Amino acid sequence: MEQISLGTLIWMTVAAFLTLSIFSFLYRDNPFYRFAEHLIVGISAGYWIAILYHTSLTDLWIEPLVDSVSAFGAAGGSIPAKIGILLANLTPGVIGCLMFTRFFKSKAWISRWPIAYYLGISAGVALPLYIQSFVIRQVAANMFNPVIIYNTIVSDLSTLYYYGNSMMGIWTGIGDIIILLGCVCGLAYFYFSAEHTGVLGAAAKIGIWTLMIGFGATFGYTVMARISLLIGRFNFLIDWVSALGNYFNL
Amino acid sequence: MAAGFWNKMLNLDRRWVYLVIGAATFFPMLTVIRLPIKITPEVQSVYDRLESLPRGTIIMLPMEYSPDTMAELQPMAKAVLRHCFSRGIKVITTALQIQGVLLIEQDLRTVAAEFDKTYGEDYVFLGYKPYPDIVILNMGENFRKPFPKDYYNNNLDELPMMAGVNNYSNVDCIVNINATSGVDSWINNANGRYGAPLALGVTAVIATDYYAFLQSKQIFGLMGGLKGAAEYEKLIGRPKDIANRAMTSVSVAHIFIIIFIIIGNIAFFATRKRI
Repeated sequence: MEQISLGTLIWMTVAAFLTLSIFSFLYRDNPFYRFAEHLIVGISAGYWIAILYHTSLTDLWIEPLVDSVSAFGAAGGSIPAKIGILLANLTPGVIGCLMFTRFFKSKAWISRWPIAYYLGISAGVALPLYIQSFVIRQVAANMFNPVIIYNTIVSDLSTLYYYGNSMMGIWTGIGDIIILLGCVCGLAYFYFSAEHTGVLGAAAKIGIWTLMIGFGATFGYTVMARISLLIGRFNFLIDWVSALGNYFNL
Repeated sequence: MAAGFWNKMLNLDRRWVYLVIGAATFFPMLTVIRLPIKITPEVQSVYDRLESLPRGTIIMLPMEYSPDTMAELQPMAKAVLRHCFSRGIKVITTALQIQGVLLIEQDLRTVAAEFDKTYGEDYVFLGYKPYPDIVILNMGENFRKPFPKDYYNNNLDELPMMAGVNNYSNVDCIVNINATSGVDSWINNANGRYGAPLALGVTAVIATDYYAFLQSKQIFGLMGGLKGAAEYEKLIGRPKDIANRAMTSVSVAHIFIIIFIIIGNIAFFATRKRI
């Protein structure tokens, strides 16, 4: 590990202390854990405000507004056009400022306007795209042509029989069938307008198994994610100990 | 006698479980034992796509992770960046996750320095803007709409790499490294609205949610968690990098968790009262 400065080492030590403070909760709740917890909440809020101010408020609102005001002093351009640009740059800020009326009880209702505006725009923009990407495309992906699946499997089996090697098409075909079956049976489980008996009952049972396999896969991935985070912290602690050793020539 | 043992197991102090999992995770990190890693088709397809691009091609690599998820996604992002820079692929990056902006900027600089890459010619960092949906939609029209300036306050038109680069149609593909459900915004807007080819690198927790999009061909590749990162590191010929080293710990910890689950189930069935 390369030699690091004293400043970096001090900050690493602070980070290591906070990491160990958070870990200490595994034993029991304690003041070190609570200190670290409160610190991260406070720092996150401060950091968020600073980043938001520098990366959004200034270049998306304040600077364009200042430019449009100073344009009145510059030669060229029609006055109505300049007024139009000024209003276009002023309006978002004014709408945003209406949110602060929430602090005044009698005028709090005005804050609903920017919320309504934002919700309306968001819903209008998001809904058609959402339906396209998350519903129609997903439904379309489950519309398999049985003739194509049959042909894929049969041609692959004949290749296997005559030439001794498979193109894996058989597994693609079987995979498509499993996806189709799992999807239909999963939907059958959520059909509550008829009793789950007979064919519907059998389909619902396959559906619940499909769901359980899905949840199992998600659980496995979640465990891996949590272990990965633990590894990340352990890795940092190992780096910190090595940095300490290097700095003090231990 | 046996029931007494299983009762004890059921009432075992949870701190012993933490201790065992902690030890099972920590000690393999100190060893040189490496377990084999199999490359999955969904990670291979991301690699193949980038590998097939000629030098000078521009891709978009939005990196959206923060210190709490960097253990999983930082190795992945660095591996993809190293692959791009080693092949002369140019990269446009954003950081639409507010808490990760500085972290991502640092990662970008570190990897760029490894390959002697010049800012503005080989890579561009646009930084952060709020409301990812609106930002991603606007970038589909022109990068300059949400980002009139880059993270370092340069006008985009002043950067040589951005000359003639207006929107997603000017980049070959988007590889989104994302720790949150903000991934949906990329699928919805970049792919759904503008048809930009999209691949994902996500945390393991949400990886299963996005396999459906792989099957529907809305995304061309998927890297899930530390395993995805380890696979990518192996593909680019860096099997000694962090994710690969960590996978041994992951595997050992998983073995212990499986053992605990088996013990828990046996104890449950051995001690439950028959009605």
